[in-house]
Amino acid sequence: MTEITMIEAIRQAMDEELARDGSVFVIGEDVGVRGGVFRATQGLFEKYGEDRVIDSPLAELTIVGVGIGAAVYGKRPICEIQFADFIYPAFNQIVSEAAKMYYRSNGQWSVPLVIRAPYGGGIGGGLYHSQSVEAFFTQVPGLKVVIPSNPYDAKGLLKSAVRDPNPVLFFEPKKGYRLIKGEVPEDDKEYTVPIGPAKVTREGRDLTVFAYGMMHHYALQAADTVANEGIDVEVVDLRTLYPVDRETILESVRKTSKALIVYEANLTGGYGAEIAATIAEWGFMNLDAPVRRLAGPDVPAVPFSHPMEEWFMINPEKIADSIRDLAAF
Amino acid sequence: MPTKVIMPKLGESIVEGTVTGWLKQAGDEIEEYDPLLEVETDKVTTEIPSPASGTLLKILVAEGEIVAVGTVLAWIGEPGEEIPDEGVKVTHDHEPHETPDSESITDEPVIQRSAGKDEDLGYISPIVARLAREKKVDLSKVKGTGMDGRITKKDVQNYIKERTGEAEAEVPIWETPADGDLFRPTEMVFAKKGEEPTRVSRAEPSVVPGETISLSPMRKRIAEHMQQSKRTAPHVTTVMESDMSQVARHREIAKQEAGSGVHLTYTAYFLAAIITGLKAVPLANSSWTDAGIRVHQQINLGMAVALSSGGLIVPVIKNADELSLIGLAKKINDLAERARAGKLEPDEVQNGTFTLTNHGTKGSLFATPIINQPQSGILGAGLIQKRPVVVNDAIAIKPMVYLSYSFDHRILDGASADTFLAHVVHALENWQ
Repeated sequence: MTEITMIEAIRQAMDEELARDGSVFVIGEDVGVRGGVFRATQGLFEKYGEDRVIDSPLAELTIVGVGIGAAVYGKRPICEIQFADFIYPAFNQIVSEAAKMYYRSNGQWSVPLVIRAPYGGGIGGGLYHSQSVEAFFTQVPGLKVVIPSNPYDAKGLLKSAVRDPNPVLFFEPKKGYRLIKGEVPEDDKEYTVPIGPAKVTREGRDLTVFAYGMMHHYALQAADTVANEGIDVEVVDLRTLYPVDRETILESVRKTSKALIVYEANLTGGYGAEIAATIAEWGFMNLDAPVRRLAGPDVPAVPFSHPMEEWFMINPEKIADSIRDLAAF
Repeated sequence: MPTKVIMPKLGESIVEGTVTGWLKQAGDEIEEYDPLLEVETDKVTTEIPSPASGTLLKILVAEGEIVAVGTVLAWIGEPGEEIPDEGVKVTHDHEPHETPDSESITDEPVIQRSAGKDEDLGYISPIVARLAREKKVDLSKVKGTGMDGRITKKDVQNYIKERTGEAEAEVPIWETPADGDLFRPTEMVFAKKGEEPTRVSRAEPSVVPGETISLSPMRKRIAEHMQQSKRTAPHVTTVMESDMSQVARHREIAKQEAGSGVHLTYTAYFLAAIITGLKAVPLANSSWTDAGIRVHQQINLGMAVALSSGGLIVPVIKNADELSLIGLAKKINDLAERARAGKLEPDEVQNGTFTLTNHGTKGSLFATPIINQPQSGILGAGLIQKRPVVVNDAIAIKPMVYLSYSFDHRILDGASADTFLAHVVHALENWQ
């Protein structure tokens, strides 16, 4: 096992899948010659050539539309949307076509497509390079939505996504690309992480924090902080947002009776609301406190000004404060 | 005068049942005909309605106990009403599965408080209300340490610990993990006690790391049956293959004729062929008894149905030989559907004389099925697949199936068993 960054894990996953399966190809803006703006595809163009690592025009609708067509034809495209903020032109393709193809053709056609997109703020990216868009897609049956929080899961889940017969949206916490490091099996080309199950990443008795992506990373840090104050926090990494692992969520609530859900998208209508509803609906009899959400404020976007970005973003300190509040209830 | 709750006779042949869950606790109000408890007989769970309106005064039979029909299970009446002497519990001659909760009957009257805002105690959370109810805790005696003096879950836990002096040994109810109830309508989640195996996070002490899946009543029942069958009957399995061309041809036509209302499966053909075989070799439709081999007059065919929640159940088609092929198909659909929905009547899993297991649906070619006691045989149908076979010294492609017949060698010998199986094959291969 070697310690590598998130971005390297993602690069390795694509490299290995391209090598394993000739029907896999990568398409996106600057993914070829330049190796991607985040270097996620570095070296792949040289290794697999321009037919399998394709530089697209600046047109997300095209990237995904081409991907869907190729997928229906039997290919396994990995579409890169350079920033999740740019995904909206492709929204119609994803929601109206990719998500519904299998259903509306009565199982005759499927769309084995992966859409990778870096999401999230805290990188000084301003309004159009910081957005968290997951909730737009977790309301669409027919899609799978995955957000890894560490290199091991990133690599294993991305490989599962490529092999999955359904369209998978794979959102990557870009702030963690080089910040989050972790061990990933070096030689085992066949290790994958299944899409679906959440994971209890820290066991505790007093309350549970549910999070994913960058916020999960922060939640673990916050849990360490408050552990010194005698608060024993359980942390659950949701990993797959759709379909969601209700069993693991409710099992944890059954144990701790208190739940805090952390996500960096806007609070209202965010994905955490679904987790809160799940707990309220099926875990009510085990609750010892109101279900709490900690999320980005309801303003149109992450501000560019650094102090204002700090104000918007959830960080380990804010999570620790919410934990203390809930523990005291 | 309080009313007795009596273990009802749930079917012609039912003499006992297991109390699997109380839906009300002592002290709860209940309306006449409201579901009061659940009783399981041969893997079928039935809700027993309350015979009267009033307060559930006392529960006499703990969950997990097996009781005979006619046993007094509980008393219903006015709060504080005295229970007559005959209220003593009568149980069947079986060990209870679990020891009754010694705390379930208390002499102290306890003020029930529900979740929400309480005048004296502040906010009471759902879990606190539940714990207080289940553990008979008077919340006014518990000191709150939460926000604004609210009583927290931990306060109640600590209070219980101090009161009883009990250590952590007992796994509290809120620690028993999810009972697999998750993806059902909430009213069912709140009303039902888990049937499915529960995942226990607290691992049993063991050298190898892992998790222990606790046993559902169904799992236990299957384990008992299988063990008992293997112990009592010397099993022999004989296998023949059958060409399904005629059946396939007939099925295509019959499906058209029967219309969309009937789902005509191969199972119906297998059952019909078994009936032919059983008529030709009546000894295959029998049971071993100490007095001798009992040859049955009825042909009651069981068919194993796998349940999505795990486990399996064997509904029985009574007097199957009196049904036409389409009649069988209808009956199969009906029983299989209700089996999966958990809606079988207790009588419908009783008195089978022979069983079919369709293990081919998951791709298995042939198997060595275990006999469903006290029957003498079980037929396993494998996957129907096209295979090259030799016909008149030429190679032909035919839809073929392996039929595995496990029989009780105390009753049948190889020759008689193979005669039965040959009749089944003959019926299938020459289907008209």
